[in-house]
Amino acid sequence: MSSAPSSSPQPRAAEASSSFGTLLEVRQIAKRFGSREVLKNISLEIASGEFLTLLGESGSGKTTLLRLIAGFEQPTTGEIWMSGTRLDTLPPYRRRVNTVFQNYALFPHLSVQENVGYGLRVTGVAKAEIPSRVTQALRMVKMEEYAAARPAKLSGGQQQRVALARALVNRPQLLLLDEPLSALDANLRKQMQGELKSLQREIGITFLFVTHDQEEAMALSDRIALLKGGELEQVASPREIYTRPATSYTAQFIGQTNLLRAEIREGIATCGSLRWPTRSTVEGPALFSLRPEAIRLVGETPLPPDALRFRATVHQQIFSGSSEHLELDCGGQLLRVRIPAQDTLTGDQEFTFSPADAVPVMESLP
Amino acid sequence: MYSRAYKSLVSIPPILWVGVFLLLPYAIMFAHSFWLVRDGFIVHQWNLQNYAKLFQHPVYLEVLFRTMRIAAGVTLLSLALGYPLAYYMSFCAGVRKELLYQLVIVPLWVSYLVRGYAWKTILGSDGVLNGSLQYLHITKEPVAYFLYSPFAVVLVLTHIYTPFVFLPLYASLEHIPRNLVEASDDLGASPRATFFRVILPLSLPGLLAGATFAFVLSLGDFLAPLLVGGPSSIMIANIVQSLFGTAYDWPLGAAISVCIFTLTVGLLFLTERLEKRWAFR
Repeated sequence: MSSAPSSSPQPRAAEASSSFGTLLEVRQIAKRFGSREVLKNISLEIASGEFLTLLGESGSGKTTLLRLIAGFEQPTTGEIWMSGTRLDTLPPYRRRVNTVFQNYALFPHLSVQENVGYGLRVTGVAKAEIPSRVTQALRMVKMEEYAAARPAKLSGGQQQRVALARALVNRPQLLLLDEPLSALDANLRKQMQGELKSLQREIGITFLFVTHDQEEAMALSDRIALLKGGELEQVASPREIYTRPATSYTAQFIGQTNLLRAEIREGIATCGSLRWPTRSTVEGPALFSLRPEAIRLVGETPLPPDALRFRATVHQQIFSGSSEHLELDCGGQLLRVRIPAQDTLTGDQEFTFSPADAVPVMESLP
Repeated sequence: MYSRAYKSLVSIPPILWVGVFLLLPYAIMFAHSFWLVRDGFIVHQWNLQNYAKLFQHPVYLEVLFRTMRIAAGVTLLSLALGYPLAYYMSFCAGVRKELLYQLVIVPLWVSYLVRGYAWKTILGSDGVLNGSLQYLHITKEPVAYFLYSPFAVVLVLTHIYTPFVFLPLYASLEHIPRNLVEASDDLGASPRATFFRVILPLSLPGLLAGATFAFVLSLGDFLAPLLVGGPSSIMIANIVQSLFGTAYDWPLGAAISVCIFTLTVGLLFLTERLEKRWAFR
């Protein structure tokens, strides 16, 4: 599917890619396990200092791609390059890439400080240098006081921090994180997300993060690479991927949306009783994504100049604290709408949306 | 959950079993070790003569030490054979794992005697091994040392007890989470470093259990020396056997048994403590 180049509104990502250039390059990677095709022709570039998230449902191939970069699996075809050297032919222990594993994979027979110092000891770092670097790494994740503890004595969140310190102590060029927060409870996960993001800003190491949680991806990433069935659906900044989804799958996977099957005639799209002008040059059937919050009740706020008005029947109204979730019927087309909380609405009401918010999307294969 | 009556009812058979077939015989043996044989009859006269005899006649200690040397040799050889096999099967065998596992287990179904006699036909003066060596002109005369020697005893015991070393080792290797190996790899450890720093330490409980099996079982073995051992490879269990048989000195035999028993129990106690300390999960 299409992967529009990121014209990121987030300054950091743009700055990172322009001033440091590409760190990792995945070139036309395919991976087959027996007859099962897990990855199909993936090409992806990661900028130095970037926080890129591989997002996808289970079975989309995101973990496999991560394992190919770490070196635990070999690609069937394609190449992986990192700062000018070919990566996919090197064994994992020769790659300047470290991994935070899903269930941490801390060595149970070693203490916290021995776990963190492991990478330094096996790579032959001078013995005198090790304790200070271990302490430094533990301080970074606020775990100095647990240096002598065994991993089994730590909580999930603490193990997570140790795993992070252990992976960062070798000063990798690229840190891979395989759903590192999925084993934590909701509150702790939120907290760790914040810490992870600020840690990455602080140390400036490139993060490649795998998750199936789109909210997590939105909160953390400079760019999101959305995978579907072993193919890249779209690669873009969170803002762009949300406001300009390229495909119907992206639009539905990231946030909620209304997919409108419209008919375009002479620059006007029609769907049910909705009509709006479009810049799309094609004629005939087309698919549009219109976010629930892009539709507003008339009279609620001053209308933008290009706003369109339409009347629709309120089918259902669900109060959810700060907002109301409405289901509208406009000439047979069901429309989900999210508006600020207010009184109960009945019968026909007048709504409005800006035509620019109806984004043309490509139909995704099922 | 269950009533007290039910609980005591189900615990009667195992208690009876252990009492009648384990504790009672041990008690009888323990008592015998303090009795005497006079004019071909066992006299119930409490004394410590049997234990004194063990230290007065050097032959007993000599045989005991030889037995321990043989058992130690068997343990080391079984580990040397069993560890690479278990490692290969756990980490490299892939789909052939199941088949190889069966191949290791099958010999356990074959009678000890059959396996002992098989070695006789291999090691004897006109056996397969000597025949081949002479045919290939490597030796002119049959090598007598192959059979009826401590070498033969160690060989047969190693053959018989290697599966016992293999099984706990294989189980402990299989229990090592593979992402620990990947983590070590990922952190820059060469395969060699990963083995010595992660796999070996985490397989120590299995290694210890296997070594204990091989050592303790060899220590009490009397069939291998009987089948393939000569006079120079008599083991402590052979002495016990003859004392309870033709020599008819049950009290002395019982005293030796008590010594071996104490040694074994002490060893098991020690290895269990070590295993617990090395089990990190």
